[in-house]
Amino acid sequence: MSELHDLSLKALSLAIQNKVVSAREASEHFLTRAKAHATLKHALNPLQCEENQTSQSNSCGAFVSFNEEFTLHLANQSDQRIAKGQARPLEGVPIAHKDIFVTQNFPTTAGSKMLEAYCSPFDATVVTQLQQAGMVNLGKLNCDEFAMGSSNENSAWGPVKNPWDNTRVAGGSSGGSAAAVALRLCPAATGTDTGGSIRQPASFCGITGIKPSYGRASRYGMIAYASSLDQAGPMAQSAEDCALLLSAMCGPDLDRDSTSLDVPKEDFSRHLNESIEGLRIGIPKEFFSDGLHPDVRSCIDLALNEFKTLGVKLVPIELPKTELSIPVYYILAPAEASSNLSRFDGVKFGFRAKDYKDLDDLYRKTRTQGFGEEVKKRIMIGTYVLSHGYYDAYYLQAQKIRRMISNDFQEAFKTCDVIAGPVTPQVAWKIGEQINDPVANYLADIFTLPASLAGLPAMSMPCGFGASSMPVGLQMIGNYLQESKLLNVAHQFQLSTDWHTKTLRGAK
Amino acid sequence: MSTPLIHGYEVVIGFETHTQLTTQSKIFSRASTSFGAQANTQACPVDLALPGTLPVMNRQAVERAIEFGLAVGGHVSALSVFARKNYFYPDLPKGYQISQFETPVVQGGEVEFFLGEEKKVVRLVRAHLEEDAGKSLHEDFVDQSGIDLNRAGTPLLEIVTEPDMRSSAEAVAYAKELHKIVTWIGICDGNMQEGSFRCDANVSIRRAGAPLGTRREIKNLNSFKFMQQAIDFEILWQIEQLEEGRPIIQSTVLFNPDTGETKAMRTKEDSADYRYFPDPDLPALKIEQSWVDEVRSKMAELPRAMAARFVKDYGIPEYDAITLTQTQAMSNYFELVAKESGQAKMASNWVMGELSRRLNAAHLGFEACPLNALTLAALLSRISDATLSNNAAKTVLEALWAQPLEGLTPLSLVDRVIDQKGLKQINDTKALEQIVDTVLSANADQIEQIKAGKDKAFNALVGQVMKATEGKANPKDVSELMRSKIAAL
Amino acid sequence: MPLTSQEIQKIASLAKLDLVHSQEEHMLQQINALFEIVEQIKSVDTLGVTPLSHPLETVQDVSLRLRQDLVSEPNQRELNQKSAPKVEKGLFLVPKVIES
Repeated sequence: MSELHDLSLKALSLAIQNKVVSAREASEHFLTRAKAHATLKHALNPLQCEENQTSQSNSCGAFVSFNEEFTLHLANQSDQRIAKGQARPLEGVPIAHKDIFVTQNFPTTAGSKMLEAYCSPFDATVVTQLQQAGMVNLGKLNCDEFAMGSSNENSAWGPVKNPWDNTRVAGGSSGGSAAAVALRLCPAATGTDTGGSIRQPASFCGITGIKPSYGRASRYGMIAYASSLDQAGPMAQSAEDCALLLSAMCGPDLDRDSTSLDVPKEDFSRHLNESIEGLRIGIPKEFFSDGLHPDVRSCIDLALNEFKTLGVKLVPIELPKTELSIPVYYILAPAEASSNLSRFDGVKFGFRAKDYKDLDDLYRKTRTQGFGEEVKKRIMIGTYVLSHGYYDAYYLQAQKIRRMISNDFQEAFKTCDVIAGPVTPQVAWKIGEQINDPVANYLADIFTLPASLAGLPAMSMPCGFGASSMPVGLQMIGNYLQESKLLNVAHQFQLSTDWHTKTLRGAK
Repeated sequence: MSTPLIHGYEVVIGFETHTQLTTQSKIFSRASTSFGAQANTQACPVDLALPGTLPVMNRQAVERAIEFGLAVGGHVSALSVFARKNYFYPDLPKGYQISQFETPVVQGGEVEFFLGEEKKVVRLVRAHLEEDAGKSLHEDFVDQSGIDLNRAGTPLLEIVTEPDMRSSAEAVAYAKELHKIVTWIGICDGNMQEGSFRCDANVSIRRAGAPLGTRREIKNLNSFKFMQQAIDFEILWQIEQLEEGRPIIQSTVLFNPDTGETKAMRTKEDSADYRYFPDPDLPALKIEQSWVDEVRSKMAELPRAMAARFVKDYGIPEYDAITLTQTQAMSNYFELVAKESGQAKMASNWVMGELSRRLNAAHLGFEACPLNALTLAALLSRISDATLSNNAAKTVLEALWAQPLEGLTPLSLVDRVIDQKGLKQINDTKALEQIVDTVLSANADQIEQIKAGKDKAFNALVGQVMKATEGKANPKDVSELMRSKIAAL
Repeated sequence: MPLTSQEIQKIASLAKLDLVHSQEEHMLQQINALFEIVEQIKSVDTLGVTPLSHPLETVQDVSLRLRQDLVSEPNQRELNQKSAPKVEKGLFLVPKVIES
């Protein structure tokens, strides 16, 4: 039998339900693997004060915290339920959560010193839903601070290294989630996507990830970065696995999240096995501009050809405002973030500076010391674009262009069913290479930002290897509420290709 | 229209009033709003702005706003937007207040009231929904403040006027009328000591005809007495500044009740760039016309409408009608008495006069009036049918106060007291004539003076007759009789 | 339009952030670099376009949901204050708030 960690989430779930392996065994197996990949600087678990292993030099820095006692407690509960024939859909299957979701039984840091030992009195709705489906929480995953970044170099606990090449970035902001899945430290993980933070790390690490339509998954308990853009989503080995998780994660949260859509819970797996013959895939010409590196382009072209053999029709489309998504996003997201992060003031929770002379000094020192550079920069940008005299020219204007971008997509969807293209212009870059050129980082978001701004569902799946043998991801964008169609298309692709099965042989 | 000038300056006042709405739970969370709980025991994660928390709107708060809009004749917006007002302060947990900026829930409206005999109308600009902040406490802590967030998230309706007021007296009268309206319709409990109704007064002065002067804002006035004092001080202070050549700087000001002075907190220039933008966590609030109509149909008659009806249906003066509609209890009491006795004006006089005096002295409202309305009506009908003089009626009232009906009808009860006290008015003209004759003959020397027009002497003789009848004669009858008799002499 | 050092200081003040002088230069550079890109939007003709607040408002009615006025949050003070930096007698402590 293959190793436990080689099983897909679906296969593992079946194995546990059929008592081939116990939930406890599964948890212990993954915990051992996970602990070898904790961050070097880490948040002590105030509930258990558990220190991580020494000599972590091979660690990719994916996991921030554990609570072994709690994990095993959940696993035991799962085994008991299975014994009684009361198994829930994902009973006993381990999952790890991006450290942006608050959890009662693990500290939540959002990759920030500001929340170094923060203990939330409640769980995020997404966490609760997965737990109610029977999943076992393994630990919290490293991410860019407050979800701001595209490389996971912006974490207070150290960067996440790309499992395929540990001198390269894993991508961000859900870098820890992507790396953990790529290394099979857990069968799947949760991530969040505001401007590409699920899709891009999934692409860099060779795994599959999906951001659903805005409003599908509850944002309650998801530490807010940009409220009108943030969405939770699964990151896993395949579209099939993502579908299982997405079904458990999504659903209206009418009592707690006013932006949650009042649409019924769906089984996103229901169309997986349908034929995609005759499907029209739109190819936006703006996604194939000069900025796209040739190695990435080759992989994408290969993938598109594969689709043709499946009977798909490729249709040229235009998304003329693609380039504008960068300035629009980098106005709206920082603006909302600057306000969302005002609550971090050293008064009610979290970090407080040691020395201060008065209230104003308390605020300034706490926030200056507690936040990292990228976060401070975005707060500054956001504060500026909202400030007196600039609101109309920047924020309001950006909101208007946002509608135009959304309209572009609707126009495009008149002639196609889904849209395909690259996730990023290039493969994962070297750690430290772009840290001093954040604008280059921002420009690299060009393909993921449009779907975020429009609130459309979008996913990334592996479609080859590019320069330096690094993974390349194919992006697919669907129309509103069409996640099951997207997953269907992705699944059919994954049935006739095997990029998504390429794991890291020699992964410890 | 009289605009009192002070040392030649016209005073311009506008008000912003924060009213805490009567809801069980907070505006954006499900924690309780009740007053007086131990610190931070009514501050849930949403109120504390814990990471990951989000606001969910309380339907009742919106309904309260609709009720207010209807009560003042304002326009209830079909679509209104919540915005974030960003600033740092320890009692503001999120670092922003959720309020409304460009599109408030209520626009326009007006408040009418009397200042002395003069009717005044103050126009409202808007009323919008927002959340209250927490509280800082300073006793018990050296160099530190303790923050209690129980109050954070309590729903507020902020009511803003045009700068229509021209004197401190007018401002206080406005505030009292607004207080009456919000308590009448039940959207606010009006408890000023507990901070349910807080006023900020924007005060400026100018020479008549000149453009508006720079205003200073006196914050957190929560008593009518202090309101008047504070504004009066501020006016004189501003006049003194201008007279001595110093310009007024726009600022926020606090009133110190111990010293009776207003003092600037900080200049408004420094403080605010609130960076308002629509709250992305809250979609736009849609209020359907059907909801507004439903609220309107459920609302008790509003004081202005009721006052107008009283004038029309009962023929009482507008002043009386406004006074009687101070509270629902008082107006309901009056109406019952008026209907039952058929004597609206008399009822109005008694309710505004004798009844109010007695209730105020006993710290009671009309809902707890010890004299049953029907009993009063019976008493009034005995006055109108000349069984009782007004004076005698007061004596009967005293006896009836706090007396149970004991199975008697109100009229029987009244009559029983009249009999017991022998207060029945003498209407027998023959008997009266005799007494008048007696008095006249005993005071023959006065008759010439009276004929010459000396009213004082006349009244004295009437008084003697009244005394002789132990007050039971109808003074009007006595006067008439005496006049005709003197005329015949 | 590139920001000046003075403007940066003002923004930092609004955001309650301290910028050490050396950082200020760097921050200024980076923000201005981004702003060169951001300025593009000013030339876009958006006449007649309404701002998009909730992404799905283009396909469904997205208006504010209203909940019943019920109290359901219990007193959980200790749990809620577990991560508070400084608490005494149930109150969050801060340096004295001067103006009151």
